[in-house]
Amino acid sequence: MSLPLLLEIGTEEIPDWMIEPALNHLQSLFQELLEQNRLSANWMRTDATPRRLVLRAEGLAERQADSEELVSGPPKAAAFKDGQPTGAALGFARKMGVEVAALEVQTTARGEYMCYRKKAAGRETLQILADALPELILKIYFPKTMYWTGKGGPRFIRPIRWIVALVGDRVAAFEVAGVRSGDRTYGHRLLGGRELLVNCGNYEQILRDNFVLVSAAERRARIETGLAGLGVKVKPDPALLETLVYITEYPTPILGGFDPEFLKLPEEVLVTVMRHHQKYFSVEDAEGGLAPHFVAVMNTSADPEGLVRRGNERVLRARFNDARFFWNVDQHKPLVDRVADLAHVTFQTKLGSYLDKTKRVVKLAKRLSKLAKMDGVAAERAALLAKCDLTTDMVKELTELQGVVGGLYARAQGEPEEVWRAIYEQYKPESMEDTIPATPAGRLLALADKLDTLQGCFRVGLVPTGSRDPFALRRAAQGVVKILVEGKLGLPLAKLLGKDPALAEFFLDRVKHYFREVRGFAYDEVNAVLAAGWDDLTDVESRLEAIQAVRPTENFEPLAASFKRIKNILRQAGIDTARARPLIDAALLEAGPEAELLSAFERLRSRVKQFRKKREYRTALESIASLRPRVDLFFDKVLVNAPDEKIRRNRLTLLHNLLNESSAIADFSEIVTSTEPRPAGSGPQEEKAQPYE
Amino acid sequence: MDTFQEVLFKLKKYWSERGAIIQEPYDLEVGAGTMAPETFLRVLGPRPYRVAYVQPSRRPADGRYGENPNRLYKHWQLQVILKPSPADVIDQYLGSLGAIGIDLRKHDIKFEEDNWESPTLGAWGIGWQVMLDGLEITQFTYFQQCGGIDLDLVPAELTYGLERLTAFLQGKDSVYDIEWAPGATYGDVRLADEVQFSVYNFEMADVATLWKLFELHEKECQRLLESWRDYPDKKRFPVLPAYDQVLKCSHLFNLLDSRGAISVTERVAVIGRVRRLALGAAQCWMEQTAAEVVQ
Repeated sequence: MSLPLLLEIGTEEIPDWMIEPALNHLQSLFQELLEQNRLSANWMRTDATPRRLVLRAEGLAERQADSEELVSGPPKAAAFKDGQPTGAALGFARKMGVEVAALEVQTTARGEYMCYRKKAAGRETLQILADALPELILKIYFPKTMYWTGKGGPRFIRPIRWIVALVGDRVAAFEVAGVRSGDRTYGHRLLGGRELLVNCGNYEQILRDNFVLVSAAERRARIETGLAGLGVKVKPDPALLETLVYITEYPTPILGGFDPEFLKLPEEVLVTVMRHHQKYFSVEDAEGGLAPHFVAVMNTSADPEGLVRRGNERVLRARFNDARFFWNVDQHKPLVDRVADLAHVTFQTKLGSYLDKTKRVVKLAKRLSKLAKMDGVAAERAALLAKCDLTTDMVKELTELQGVVGGLYARAQGEPEEVWRAIYEQYKPESMEDTIPATPAGRLLALADKLDTLQGCFRVGLVPTGSRDPFALRRAAQGVVKILVEGKLGLPLAKLLGKDPALAEFFLDRVKHYFREVRGFAYDEVNAVLAAGWDDLTDVESRLEAIQAVRPTENFEPLAASFKRIKNILRQAGIDTARARPLIDAALLEAGPEAELLSAFERLRSRVKQFRKKREYRTALESIASLRPRVDLFFDKVLVNAPDEKIRRNRLTLLHNLLNESSAIADFSEIVTSTEPRPAGSGPQEEKAQPYE
Repeated sequence: MDTFQEVLFKLKKYWSERGAIIQEPYDLEVGAGTMAPETFLRVLGPRPYRVAYVQPSRRPADGRYGENPNRLYKHWQLQVILKPSPADVIDQYLGSLGAIGIDLRKHDIKFEEDNWESPTLGAWGIGWQVMLDGLEITQFTYFQQCGGIDLDLVPAELTYGLERLTAFLQGKDSVYDIEWAPGATYGDVRLADEVQFSVYNFEMADVATLWKLFELHEKECQRLLESWRDYPDKKRFPVLPAYDQVLKCSHLFNLLDSRGAISVTERVAVIGRVRRLALGAAQCWMEQTAAEVVQ
């Protein structure tokens, strides 16, 4: 007979963002449990509301299959003496809990051994689960847990208040944190019943009748239907929708309004208040502007008297009033008069105040503008004012809006557009999907700010480890890479990063990540290009594009294979390819393929140099690739390891020159050619390239 | 419609019926009800305790000269400690809202993640902000640690923002318009307080004097804590007066902060100084109560 399972862990409200990962973990823990116990299910699903984690399965066997195991004992020769069992045999039998007569003889490659055929009747699934579920429940991972029954007690995300554990129609009886499992659940806190008797079949419906939608999809659908029925254009916000799905058991959207007078405040401020502080959807008017409405999602069925709507409207009015108050008060002291106040705002204990940071960033912005041969006046001004919004009441209240508020204030205070825009966009890009600042001054400021944070944190040892990156340095470095490449800023990274090899290495990882994951270049092309230097990321991009374009041509991969061969030969000869190339003695060359290779190479060399200078890497690569027949012929006909030491040296020098010329664009030996297998787990090859050359 | 004071009476009555001792506010300046010894010290150790009290809480930096309808230099908290927390603590809490006339079936209530931490007190807990129709009315915390000590019994701390709650009940947009008692508004009772203390905290408090006071209280606290080890009759040892000195230091720190007198490099160090005192007092209290249990 096959049985269904229902496990419901009833808790106090779990933080919404932790729920889905917890469900995934619950499911994999349960899958493991089944496997360990030679059980299986033919259907499984997890669900959750803020107050319950639910696991359901079907097709569980009533009991495990019986098992049989052959346990080996002493050799037969040692087990009996004169037909009588020896101590060894008696001991083994005792250990197995049987008489010697129950033992068997097993013939193995090493001879005959005593053994015992241990049979175990399969245990009842109900019992297995009753034994294993308590541990499984407490194993579910949450980022931050608590104890509540007393010191040393079990830890979970929030207190467990009830448990439903049914296998078929029977309760798998156990206890966790003083809570006994049973067959009763709880409905919605305010609208539903308590101690509701459920079974595997009617569980979801009984909860639905008690104002709990167990399925997230059902709650999502209820919100979406509700939104669609409000008769207004709700601004889509998938992340907010997910939050609301997981902070409600019975979600119902309602429409509220606010005084259009508030629309004089910047839209950024209004939307942030609604979204981040009140979890409201914004509403658009016909022109795509903000309408004086909002949508709140209640965790209840209806608001017939409009009490909830009026309550939310009053809260929003107070919040908007606050924002207006902050805006007005903040204008009494323009940003430029707040620079000195930054001395009281900590950037980082060891790195000083935001005033210290501001001074550094102003300097750095100036330096960057010089390096980039750009006018730096706007960037320097923006850098001076960039952090001043941290002292404003508006940002103290709406921290998400730092930068944006500074930009809006700078605009209101008459700063030029390039200055206020730079301040407004200083934290961009906030993710890999986000765009970089739109203006040159904005890019310089964003770069200077991020580079200062990176240099400073690395200097005082605040280096990200594993998943711990409290200062979001990975994001900062990623932002720098993105701005340099997409902003076409050919700045020398070595100069920007300073001398810290750890920071260079950290950056190299970000550079690789950017070109591979964000831009989709093949990992071996990225390795090849980076190995030839990465001081100028715009140049890296050009070289990558060239390689990508040339790669499918017929000469490329065979030539790459030849270069790999050259590199190996040179390595075996003990030649340091990083050193300056020595001169070729043409007199020592053998006529034929060797001399021809040199002359072909020399004809090419100056042209390739020209192309490289003009960054016409594709043409340069195509020229190099045209050498392929000569190289092939050389390897075919000429013995590199000539017996004469001088000739041998000279040949190696020829190869060395050849390699160096091409290596300025990419290290071809990094290219994985189709004739060789990709390395196992062909993911990123983390060989350390030179930080920069 | 209940007045501000009527709301207070009803909540105190409600919690007294559930076994809480009704205390009066602690008579020193504190930033939150949590800092009163009735919470900070009583949550330590293995003794069950239930207490509720209104605590006027002073946050100098939050002052707005009485001009902001929702921000106050000093606001009234109702602090409830249930140690250990009963299994039906949330139901009991929701019952208290019913007791002040909120028909929860007609409203929207949500528990949104909000963990609490006080570096100065070496204390933290796990919990929520309770949202009523989008308004945060209560901070609900399961304490885990206090004074750097893992708690034996986990208390539930309920902190009601009384002005907000009453403004909600009375449908007022400004706390100053709340009816405190028949014929008297919150503004009548408290506006002058808000204006004058904002002026003092932001403009006139003498920084040198505040620093001097801070150091005096700190020294006095250290002197007491250092004498603990050799003090013969542990039961009589003045832990509570030592803790008063911690509260003084904490408040002076807040004042200095609102005056903008604490530089970045000092800030972390000063928090560390107050924290050391708080941890010392907590440790003393633990040892003292453990000594009593032995007797």
